Amino acid sequence: MEIQFILNGKKTTAEAADGTMLLLLLRSLGCYSVKCGCETTNCGLCTVWIDGVPSLSCSVLAARVEGKQVTTLEGLQEEAEEFAAFLAAEGAEQCGFCSPGFVMNVLAMVRELSDPTEEEIKEYLAGNLCRCTGYMGQLRAIKKYMSQKKENADMGKEGV
Amino acid sequence: MITIQNYRKVEDLAEAYELNQKKANRIVGGMMWLRMSKGRVQTAIDLSGLGLDTIEEDEQEFRIGCMTTLRQLELHEGLQKYFGGAVRESVRHIVGTQFRNGATVGGSIFGRFGFSDVLTCFLAMDSYVELYQGGIVPLREFVQMERDRDILVRLIVKKDGRKAVCLSERACSTDFPILVCAVSISEGRVEVAIGARPMKAEVVTLAEMAEDQALAELTEDKIEELAEKAAESFRFGSNMRGSAQYRQHLAYVLVKRGLKKLWKEEA
Amino acid sequence: MKYVNQAVPKVDSKALITGKPVYTDDLAPKDCLVVKVLRSPYAHALIQDIKMDTAMKVPGIVCILTYKDCPNKRFTMAGQTYPEPSPYDRLILDQRVRFVGDAVAIVAGETEEAVDRAMKMVKVTYEVLEPVLDFRSAKDNEVLVHPEDNWESLCPVGADNKRNLCASEENIHGDLEGTFAKCKYVVEETYHTKANQQAMMETFRTYTYMDVYGRLNVVSSTQVTFHVRRILATALDLPKSKIRVIKPRIGGGFGAKQTVVTEVYPALVTMKTGRAAKIVYTREESMIASSPRHEMEITVRVGADEQGIIKAMDVYTLSNTGAFGEHGPTTVGLSGHKSIPLYGNIEAFRFAFDVVYTNVMSAGAYRGYGATQGIFAVESAVDELAAKMGVSAMELREKNLVKEGQIMPAYYNEPANSCALDRCLARAKEMIGWDEKYPVRDMGNGKVRSVGAAMAMQGSGISGVDTGSVAIKVNDDGFYSLMIGASDMGTGCDTILAQMAADCLDCEMDQIIVSGVDTDVSPYDCGSYASSTTYVTGMAVVKTCEMLRKKIVERGAQYLEIPAEEAEFDGKKVVHLPSGKKISLKEIGNRVMCSSNDPLMASEASSSPISPPPFMAGIAEIELDKETGKVELIDYVAVVDCGTVVNPALARVQVEGGIAQGIGMALYEDVVYNKDGKNFSNSFMQYKIPTRLDVGTVRVEFESSYEPTGPFGAKSIGEIVINTPSPAIANAIYNASHVRLRELPMTAEKVYMGMQKLQKAEV
Repeated sequence: MEIQFILNGKKTTAEAADGTMLLLLLRSLGCYSVKCGCETTNCGLCTVWIDGVPSLSCSVLAARVEGKQVTTLEGLQEEAEEFAAFLAAEGAEQCGFCSPGFVMNVLAMVRELSDPTEEEIKEYLAGNLCRCTGYMGQLRAIKKYMSQKKENADMGKEGV
Repeated sequence: MITIQNYRKVEDLAEAYELNQKKANRIVGGMMWLRMSKGRVQTAIDLSGLGLDTIEEDEQEFRIGCMTTLRQLELHEGLQKYFGGAVRESVRHIVGTQFRNGATVGGSIFGRFGFSDVLTCFLAMDSYVELYQGGIVPLREFVQMERDRDILVRLIVKKDGRKAVCLSERACSTDFPILVCAVSISEGRVEVAIGARPMKAEVVTLAEMAEDQALAELTEDKIEELAEKAAESFRFGSNMRGSAQYRQHLAYVLVKRGLKKLWKEEA
Repeated sequence: MKYVNQAVPKVDSKALITGKPVYTDDLAPKDCLVVKVLRSPYAHALIQDIKMDTAMKVPGIVCILTYKDCPNKRFTMAGQTYPEPSPYDRLILDQRVRFVGDAVAIVAGETEEAVDRAMKMVKVTYEVLEPVLDFRSAKDNEVLVHPEDNWESLCPVGADNKRNLCASEENIHGDLEGTFAKCKYVVEETYHTKANQQAMMETFRTYTYMDVYGRLNVVSSTQVTFHVRRILATALDLPKSKIRVIKPRIGGGFGAKQTVVTEVYPALVTMKTGRAAKIVYTREESMIASSPRHEMEITVRVGADEQGIIKAMDVYTLSNTGAFGEHGPTTVGLSGHKSIPLYGNIEAFRFAFDVVYTNVMSAGAYRGYGATQGIFAVESAVDELAAKMGVSAMELREKNLVKEGQIMPAYYNEPANSCALDRCLARAKEMIGWDEKYPVRDMGNGKVRSVGAAMAMQGSGISGVDTGSVAIKVNDDGFYSLMIGASDMGTGCDTILAQMAADCLDCEMDQIIVSGVDTDVSPYDCGSYASSTTYVTGMAVVKTCEMLRKKIVERGAQYLEIPAEEAEFDGKKVVHLPSGKKISLKEIGNRVMCSSNDPLMASEASSSPISPPPFMAGIAEIELDKETGKVELIDYVAVVDCGTVVNPALARVQVEGGIAQGIGMALYEDVVYNKDGKNFSNSFMQYKIPTRLDVGTVRVEFESSYEPTGPFGAKSIGEIVINTPSPAIANAIYNASHVRLRELPMTAEKVYMGMQKLQKAEV
């Protein structure tokens, strides 16, 4: 079947079998940031946004994104780089394999929650597994990133 | 892993129902669990174009469309306010945010999975399912019904003034529950639903109190007695996550804690 | 030092975090064949017949290979230095299948769909045999896992396939029974640790192709790039010169990828078809047919005299290597050699072990590598001894822990050259607030909070075996290429080795280009395992830089036409001290490329006769629900002596990550089999690893010692960090409830049942 959707801001037409999962389609379209870490919805490595909502692309039929906006990390490079600096400063990417899905969900969280508590951060991201870091460094990076963002926003306000 | 031959986004429920009469076809909700099952689906029937992804609230009830996601349940202010956070508690441990953004209420309820927190929670409330052909059926009856080819259109939860609480015990925070338990008290009636026994959830009415008897009149002793009774009212089984004996004990503890929480909130 | 001991971000961090295509499956050619393995449904069976004619007719199927297509040359998949201690007990495909999930046939086709379809159509007839599933009755069982005559053990490890023995040994030091007789207090208990999955996020995967020279090229997610070349040559019966192995970025290993789990399958397909081929294990395959931690049952007898001096220890380990012997003979050694030496006053010890074959998936290397299991047993036993003596286990440890300068007889008589274990324990105690919190506090809500401590050690490489070599060349404009054979598996060795090189060469890090491992061009390195890279390969970096500096001075002097002894290199230029004449490195680099008969490069190797142990102390604070037995981690403090900390950020994350894995191991990670040997823990849904909600707070500090034989005084850190959570949490559970759990994982149910038992005993 033919699927038309917006991929990272670009109108995209793709040909896929009816039963194709979005994860596979996205990788075949060159979005290699989207990873598969399990087959059971547990790991969060395949997280992409569908109409801005973080979703597990392993479990979404590609057909279902017809007419929708799909965002992968390839479409958020600027923000990813900004956050990358904080994560790398903590050494908290380690192997990096879970990073794209994790970063997608962090960026979704930043849009959805204003000023979350530590517990809220952990709960929002609980579906993103990481086996390398023990999560502490990720948390430090997120907190620093968010406070930097807040600072920037406050400065912006003062400027006006 | 399931394989899907054709995909059909239906125009209306009639079309969905007709397609669904064929055994090889399946209605897909969030497809989280369905995808992991074995076998071949000839046509995956998608209801997502039918506007069934909303929670409507009025004076009498909540009407929750079958395509509403678990995340919507979690974030719905009316539900949290009315049931004191029990609904949120029943979903917040399920895998992760992204999962709950996909998984649907219809899928969770229709599947009647043994491990379902959501089913357990709503069983302790005055809940009904609206079936396309079968009409409105109490949830506790629906749980016992054989799987058929009807379509679950909505979940309806009555505002009958009940207080509810949902509790679970898990080995780690986003695992399936070892046991999940929902307790509600309304009009002097104490109801307990227990899921992950590990068989599918059931509900029992623990005590009929006089209508004017207030929750606040419960005592510690009475609560313990009720909790013991609850734990004895269910059958439990063993699996990887726990033995029948331990589950029975957990049922006692969770029912007790649930009742105490409601009791304290009332006091 | 400008870079060493600094939290330098990893050199590859930006590419990793922004999702660039740098991992094996991202790089595989788009038209390569998809390879899958058909697996045995039985724990033990002989293949009688394989019918594949209908499967071969599926459009797109290119080949289906069975044991008849494989060389009958046994090998081991263990990534170890030759001659491997692990027995040669495998074929790529064998007529005998030895666990549920063992490889039966290899199916290769143009698409995944075609291969999936064909797999269902391959009809296999089995003669089902009785399996050996209980490792306690495996030794001398009449059912043999490896009855074959061409089974071979290359090293004297006490292996005997006709007894289901993969290894067996006994070491005794001193007068064991005489010393025990002098001990007023003795405890003897048996502890049981289970198989655990490394559960790295990137599953096993490999792709292969034939290159322009007709050689087999292998790109694989591996920790042991050079060993892959040798193992494939043995398995495929090919000359080593016909194989090239390249390691791209890899998504975690933790020891799992120290076994050559997937490489043979696409390699065989490429050899047979000439086509590029790839295999990507599903998570399920990674859970049922991989290389988890060895299940061990460890009996510890430990004795102390009247004054509380621990004088004697007796450790016997029974280890379950599963269907194949990968890492079987070696992991077990650490269960004694890296637990007994934690106590410095021991006068006599015995350490004995048996490693047995059974019909479950083969075990392998997992972070800690046997030390984790042994330390759980010994550190639990020491707490039990303290309880028997009526003293606090903390005091007992303080009195007996190994100190700098002591000789460690149970650690091959190596001296503790650098050891800050006493400071680690003291600091950990202070951080957690031990004196206020020990043993337990009632929180007044049915919950109690308690603390429990444990110590640990590991090694830094395999003494007298591990070899790391490094080459550095000077390029035009004077930048350096640092070529290493070590396999960065995400832990950051590409970065820390460059940090060391930058300090040795007095340059900025961006002057150094790191080239990851490619067996065709990289200098030899045994690989990234056994906590070896920082210590062993790091030393090779230091040596190489020293040599290169000398050569730069010589070359500069030559260009300046001065005697080399009068010149100095400051990182930027070579200066003639008497005259002040100078030549920049940039100019040297450029001149080397014109009319030169001598390349400007250096290459050195390093191996160490000793393996200096890092040490650490870990203390867990838990909250225990007295009604349900549920244990929740509140706080975990870890203080580590890894010598000089080369990169504090990366080292800290290693510690935090290891502790999180250790918490999972302690509380719920478990590989569960049913009575027929089917593995239930076959997904992340059934094998639970900690989420970020499950680890509480982990706090890490370093108490540095200086290891004189290490680069910049460094020792290792990669493995030791997983060793303390299980015993520390077990000890905390005991302090909270008096329930002593001697079997992992310590589930809420086990704690609850333990409390019930105690209650009944009281009544």
